[in-house]
Amino acid sequence: MLTRFRRCLISAMMMVLSPAIYAAWELNMPQGVTEVSQSVYDLHMLILWICVGIGVIVFGVMFYSIIRHRKSRGVKAAQFHESLSLELLWTAIPTVILIAMAVPATTTLINMYDPSDADIDIKITGYQWKWQYEYMGENVSFFSNLTTSDRQIHNQDEKGSNYLLEVDNRLVIPTGKKIRFLLTSNDVIHAWWVPALAVKKDAIPGYINESWTQIESPGIYRGQCTELCGVDHGFMPIVVEVVSPQDYQVWLDAQRSAAQAQSAAAQQDWSYDQLMARGEQVYASQCSACHGANGEGLGSVFPALKDSPVATTGSVERHIDIILNGVSGTAMQAFMAQLSSVDVAAVTTYERNAWGNNTGDVITPQQIVDAKQ
Amino acid sequence: MTTVTAHHDDHVHHGPAKGLMRWVLTTNHKDIGTMYLWFSFAMLLTGGCMALIIRTELFQPGLQLIEPEFFNQMTTMHGLIMVFGAIMPAFVGLANWMVPLMVGAPDMALPRMNNWSFWILPFAFGMMLLTLFSEAGAPNFGWTFYAPLSTTYAPSSVTFFILAVHMLGLSSIMGAINIVVTILNLRAPGMTLMKMPLFVWTWLITAYLLIAVMPVLAGVVTMMLMDIHFGTSFFNAAGGGDPVLFQHIFWFFGHPEVYIMILPAFGIVSQIIPVFARKPLFGYTSMVYATTSIAFLSFIVWAHHMFTVGMPLAAELFFMYATMLIAIPTGVKVFNWVATMFRGSMTFETPMLFSIAFVFLFTIGGFSGLMLSIVPADFQYHDTYFVVAHFHYVLVPGALFGILAGVYFWLPKWTGYYYNESLGKWHFWTSFIGVNITFFPMHFVGLAGMPRRVPDYALQFADFNAIASAGAYIFGFAQLIFLVLVIKAICGGKKASSSVWEGAEGLEWSIPSPAPYHTFSEPPVVK
Ligand code: HEC
Ligand SMILES: [Cu+2]
Repeated sequence: MLTRFRRCLISAMMMVLSPAIYAAWELNMPQGVTEVSQSVYDLHMLILWICVGIGVIVFGVMFYSIIRHRKSRGVKAAQFHESLSLELLWTAIPTVILIAMAVPATTTLINMYDPSDADIDIKITGYQWKWQYEYMGENVSFFSNLTTSDRQIHNQDEKGSNYLLEVDNRLVIPTGKKIRFLLTSNDVIHAWWVPALAVKKDAIPGYINESWTQIESPGIYRGQCTELCGVDHGFMPIVVEVVSPQDYQVWLDAQRSAAQAQSAAAQQDWSYDQLMARGEQVYASQCSACHGANGEGLGSVFPALKDSPVATTGSVERHIDIILNGVSGTAMQAFMAQLSSVDVAAVTTYERNAWGNNTGDVITPQQIVDAKQ
Repeated sequence: MTTVTAHHDDHVHHGPAKGLMRWVLTTNHKDIGTMYLWFSFAMLLTGGCMALIIRTELFQPGLQLIEPEFFNQMTTMHGLIMVFGAIMPAFVGLANWMVPLMVGAPDMALPRMNNWSFWILPFAFGMMLLTLFSEAGAPNFGWTFYAPLSTTYAPSSVTFFILAVHMLGLSSIMGAINIVVTILNLRAPGMTLMKMPLFVWTWLITAYLLIAVMPVLAGVVTMMLMDIHFGTSFFNAAGGGDPVLFQHIFWFFGHPEVYIMILPAFGIVSQIIPVFARKPLFGYTSMVYATTSIAFLSFIVWAHHMFTVGMPLAAELFFMYATMLIAIPTGVKVFNWVATMFRGSMTFETPMLFSIAFVFLFTIGGFSGLMLSIVPADFQYHDTYFVVAHFHYVLVPGALFGILAGVYFWLPKWTGYYYNESLGKWHFWTSFIGVNITFFPMHFVGLAGMPRRVPDYALQFADFNAIASAGAYIFGFAQLIFLVLVIKAICGGKKASSSVWEGAEGLEWSIPSPAPYHTFSEPPVVK
């Protein structure tokens, strides 16, 4: 009894104290690593100090009155209740201050709104709940997913230092080049934000928004989606890796050869066990957010796949069609561009055989290649 | 006017009907005001519980208590309930009680409609809350319900949400019409517009704002309904529609809505500060003009909520400048309140404490508002906890403290008894401390990069989130002190005189406490 009580007490104390372990008392906006982010920071500090100044004066007078002009000190109230000159004065002074703030704000904004003469164009597409990056004219394109494990999120494993801010494929860009971002979305509205670059822009279906950055120092900069976009809005981070132009070229080449290797893999033979193992991985990273870790679905919007006719008695063709082309007007997106033929074959096989859906069907990558045609 | 005053004293003596039907059928402005106020308090506690669920989940990184889907339902319902269920009905309740007393009218001009405006509300919110128990779950797309998340991608409960919004809109519009008609037609002889108490002025302007923008809200939800059920594509890009159009319409409603939630509080505070400073309000005329200009400006600043949607440069600049302009009339008001306190002879009963806290903390919310108006900086602040801090500062120690100040101020007039002053002070100080512990750290995590509406966050935000959650509990439980205090004041206490407060002047303080069931059946004459 007593020990149980003590255990409760200790765990309660841990609850209260454990945040202290993370100890990082960040108070202010980061200055960032670009010229733009620096000027935004300066602007922020300018307004902040102006507000502090006005606050000190106004609250100073207020607290002075509260302390000095109280009835308990025997003060008799004055009866003045108007003063045209005073009122004009405190209309005029703020006007001047506002103009003083508007000028630097306008010049900074004009600069931020000028994406012309970009060296590299990158198209960024928001998906529920991942980002796609396409390097225009480079024939390189990939998706970027959260890699923090579900076990960390559910407190079963220790949280890593980049908890919720880590992805499988980073957006890699070179130093010293003006990069133009073209933002759009495949489903709902998302927003692409990297604080250190002071770039935040909405990714809206049917629109292409523009923004740009130019970074001089190599490094890794992290950000998040900032427009509520559904269940996993909090779980679609952004990681930008800035490298030297030489490393950037090497990276581009590696991306292209990886793509070739992938299409070669589709030609090989894949056994049931190989497909199931790969399918399980693909399912966990691409599908479980909506369809549940065990195919049980989520609420009424996201259907269960366990025992679903589509994944059991229904035809394999239809099952593949849904995965490749999505169901328009719903959150079920087209995975054609996101997954390789091998991955689609694997995940289809997995869905038709996992969680008691024992259909025994084995779908080969070649079937997917054919279905794509 | 004459028809109203033709009735004679016999009316004055008959009191309220007995039993439950009194409340269902009543057309009496005091009864209806009371019902509005209790309803809004119930909603405050409901929305407050949701806030505590949110804050408990956010106490530490990781998911402990609830899953993201339910988290989103909580943030959505918390926002909708607080805005439409707690703050707005509380102001309407105060208007019902006080506007007729302040202008010397026997009742609201349209008493039956008044009854209906109130009784719609419990049904609207009942429907909205019941969606929580439906299979699809409650709305989960945020209180701003941006399309297409709220249309193509919404849970099926969105239809009930739309219906509920229609009902609340109807209720608000009727309430607003009633207030306008009462103020314009039922003022006592001699009560000219520029003699009206500021609470009446601010409510008159608020009512016009409501009439102007609630139909816009009704329009936007109807367009959603069409998109969801009737195959239109107003907001669906795939069908040639425009998701950004949704935001323009929503914020054309939403920005004036923000002022609907604060102008009456300006009025309340302008009533209270002079009484406890024992000094006339400084700059009455400029207060009226400032309120009017804020109302006009509120129609041309809506897109400052959307600086990141990619509007053209010229539009960004226009909305930035227009937004900055609002700081001027708002500043005038703050300066006037401070000048009213200056060289007064102040005492610090609970209504005054809440009013001073209002001036202090609302101004802090105003400062962060000014910061948000600067577009390049807004790119960093937008949709982060900095914004959450900003609007909670203007809505909690702003609007809510204004309401609480008003309730304390007028409670003796309503019940006939003074409330317990030391309980009142306890309520004030716990609320004041709780509010700041909750919302001030949100500025920091927001600047450091924490997005809003996330159920989980990166480790560097952990400390301030833990602090904010602790503050939320203090603030939440403080409101129970208020409940006890009000119940005690209804049951008894020190008898209140008709003027209640030493420095109080005006028609509402000329009638006995508690205010008789019927007042001003004979119009008073204002000199
Ligand atoms: C963003 C959420 C989301 C993700 C991620 C997602 N789905 Fe879906 N999926 C849905 C929704 C919503 C439907 C229901 C569509 C409808 O209304 O017909 C669906 C339907 C399906 C169906 C048809 C089920 C039935 O019984 O009708 C299959 C099969 C399917 N998804 C497979 C997958 C696979 C495989 C993946 C991963 C590669 C995946 N989904 C990822 C949301 C998602
Ligand atoms: Cu997103």
